[in-house]
Amino acid sequence: MIPELGYAATVVGFVLALYGAIAAVIGVRTGQANWLRTGERAAIGVWLLITACIALMLYAFLTFDFSVRYVAVNTNRGTPFYYRITALWGALEGSIVLWAWMLSVYTLIVVVRYRRRQPELYPWVLSVMLGILAFFLLVMSIPAPPFERLSPIPPDGRGLNPLLEDSGMITHPVALYLGFTGFSVPFAFAMAALLVGRTGDEWITITRRWTIVAWYFLSLGLLIGGWWSYHVLGWGGYWAWDPVENAAFMPWLTGTAFLHSVMIQERRRMLKLWNLTLIILTFGLTLFGTFLTRSGIIGSVHSFTQGSIGVFFLAFLALALLGAFSLLAWRTDGLRAQGELDSAVSRESVFLLNNLFLIAATFTVFFGTVFPLLSEAVRGVKVSVGAPFFNLVNIPIFLALLFLMGVGPLIAWRRASAENLKRNFLKPVLAGIVAAAVLRLFGVGNVLVLTAMALVVFVAGTIALDYGRAVRARRRSGDGWGAATWGLLLRQNRRYGGFIVHLGILVVALGVAGSQAWQIQTEVTLDKGQSVEVDGYRTRYRVRFDGLSASEESNHGKVTGTFTLTDGRGKEEVLSPGRKFYPQEQTPIAAVDYRLGIFEDVYLVLGDFARDGSQATIKLQVNRMVSWLWIGGLVLTLGAALAILPDHRKPA
Amino acid sequence: MKGGWLRWIIPAAVVPVLVLLAYGFWTNPREIPSPLLGRPAAPFVLTTFDKAPLTLQDLRGKVVLINFWASWCIPACYDEAPALERTWLAYKDKGVMVIGVNVQDTEEPARKFLARFQHSFPNAPDPRGYVAVEYGVYGVPETFFIDRRGRVRFKHVGALTDETARKRLDSLLEEPS
Repeated sequence: MIPELGYAATVVGFVLALYGAIAAVIGVRTGQANWLRTGERAAIGVWLLITACIALMLYAFLTFDFSVRYVAVNTNRGTPFYYRITALWGALEGSIVLWAWMLSVYTLIVVVRYRRRQPELYPWVLSVMLGILAFFLLVMSIPAPPFERLSPIPPDGRGLNPLLEDSGMITHPVALYLGFTGFSVPFAFAMAALLVGRTGDEWITITRRWTIVAWYFLSLGLLIGGWWSYHVLGWGGYWAWDPVENAAFMPWLTGTAFLHSVMIQERRRMLKLWNLTLIILTFGLTLFGTFLTRSGIIGSVHSFTQGSIGVFFLAFLALALLGAFSLLAWRTDGLRAQGELDSAVSRESVFLLNNLFLIAATFTVFFGTVFPLLSEAVRGVKVSVGAPFFNLVNIPIFLALLFLMGVGPLIAWRRASAENLKRNFLKPVLAGIVAAAVLRLFGVGNVLVLTAMALVVFVAGTIALDYGRAVRARRRSGDGWGAATWGLLLRQNRRYGGFIVHLGILVVALGVAGSQAWQIQTEVTLDKGQSVEVDGYRTRYRVRFDGLSASEESNHGKVTGTFTLTDGRGKEEVLSPGRKFYPQEQTPIAAVDYRLGIFEDVYLVLGDFARDGSQATIKLQVNRMVSWLWIGGLVLTLGAALAILPDHRKPA
Repeated sequence: MKGGWLRWIIPAAVVPVLVLLAYGFWTNPREIPSPLLGRPAAPFVLTTFDKAPLTLQDLRGKVVLINFWASWCIPACYDEAPALERTWLAYKDKGVMVIGVNVQDTEEPARKFLARFQHSFPNAPDPRGYVAVEYGVYGVPETFFIDRRGRVRFKHVGALTDETARKRLDSLLEEPS
């Protein structure tokens, strides 16, 4: 029953979305409001149908309905309750359902929020959103049907990919897809603005908060992905420049560029063409990511080739990019800047540089990711570029971006005088230099790390300076420190939200610099009762092997080692890394254990072991400052939350 | 840029990228180059589920298709199973041998699998995975094509289709023995 119901809902949803997209346009063209109203009702219907799809799928998972192929592939009778829900997005077909559902929710919000407020842009926005939805429903109908029937019905399913049985997998895809789909809204408004010919700042003002929300979720998705990689995959890292990671990173880069460049348009009426280009690129890259990882044209540790879905995605990508850019070319005349760049030393030019670097980073990531394809096309040989390429090219770019992050928010608009520069940057620059010198004295020799640390201190200095001045100004009107800070955060929530996001990025940057520069790793085989000692940076760790135990979980067997970790101060802690044996996997899955710390993580992976428990091989790592990445994520969340509060300032 | 054709450079710039991506469909990332290609196939002796001995060396002079599978391998092994049987029936009188090697599995579900698809070609368990290791099997299903002179000629990763099997077998059969 479920396969038929689900399939029916999908196909009806597709027809309805397509109908709604067309009806909205007819409504505008003929001026008949009835058409527009049916378009709206179609949007509501689509949302209901996709919600029904999700409900049916969940029901199938919870009742082990193996007549649904997707359920049979992604669960078995031993799969714990919790992961039977997350298995919904454990593979391609279900991810597309989740994606479509989020998109339908966003569409509904657009209907509720803007039908009265934006009568001119709204019908086109609705049409574009429903058009995108129609595409995803088409994918659900033909190349990646989540409700495909499996016949004969197997007695048990295969089971979820064991690597996905992790709490990170609940939030990671959800955050990532909220980010991806979130960019559809600004994109739809941009298209509407082009179609109507109102290419001023209106669409940017309307979508400002949407963009921040999408950007925030994308950032969060990337960080949680890093956390998952770090604590599940067992190689001690969080980022590998894998095509799948790159695919999510590229829209983040262009989205970040967009967030900044719209500020110039709001303030100086410049860069209209550029902003439209950026949002088209960002939206295109969210599609490209899915295309890349699901079409199987690029090999990745994450990806599994999936029939014809790549063709559908490429066709839609071509339609979206060619359509959007042609529209842009057609409207070029209305997009000329009203402002001008007055000086190379100004906030405008710093923002432009920031955009330039972000686009350069996007390009290098794109180039590196499709390089295997390019080299095969040109030279007939499949060659991949790996982490060394990405690091080599991107580290200087990101250092430059860090620097601009300090300069941008404080430098004067139009033309910065020498006095302005001195007033704003002299102290932070000195602080940065002093910080680097101090670290050098403490024995940090790596030039890149020193540069990164100096830049972080510099940027933090500029933020502190600005905050200090603003608070002092408010205190003159009689507020205390707390009230002044609070007032500042609420009154100028955009500016200070932005600053807090910057602080979050700084914390992440410290984590990246620290963890890349230092890592200690050793692999040893220990007899029972034997210990190994390893020098951390602040203390010496001793790890003792106390024995092995075996256990049978609902869907896998597990061998767990018991190790006692003692640090220099004599504090003891038991770590229990293990290996999990899933019947459907040929190789065991590592269960990492670790002690997280502010400055150092001790990270333990169980390798081979003797069956009688007398011996075990472990990989022991001391990773520095990785925790800062996760702390940075929290700071980022605070900043983004502040920035999306309604604007309190009067429009300039 | 008023009214000029230059403006169309932006959409036009997208085209080469799209073409490159489309080109990706003609390449096959599944063709993982196997170091075994062109090399003599590793000999093995197994006992089939019907308790008959199965020796690769005895099949010299025939084109051999070796398929590695497991009963838990849903859906790929289930997808290709009917195609394997069809291929066997179509080619068994043309000098082709089809062999199934069951890896990483237990006996009961494996037998159920065979009964469900009514495979009539020899299938043998490889309980300790020796043969799978010899052939460098990454995962299931994988299929190897061995020519009349006993050399590994093609490796196919993932579910096998009738067309792929036919194409590979025909080309090997055309070769002089």
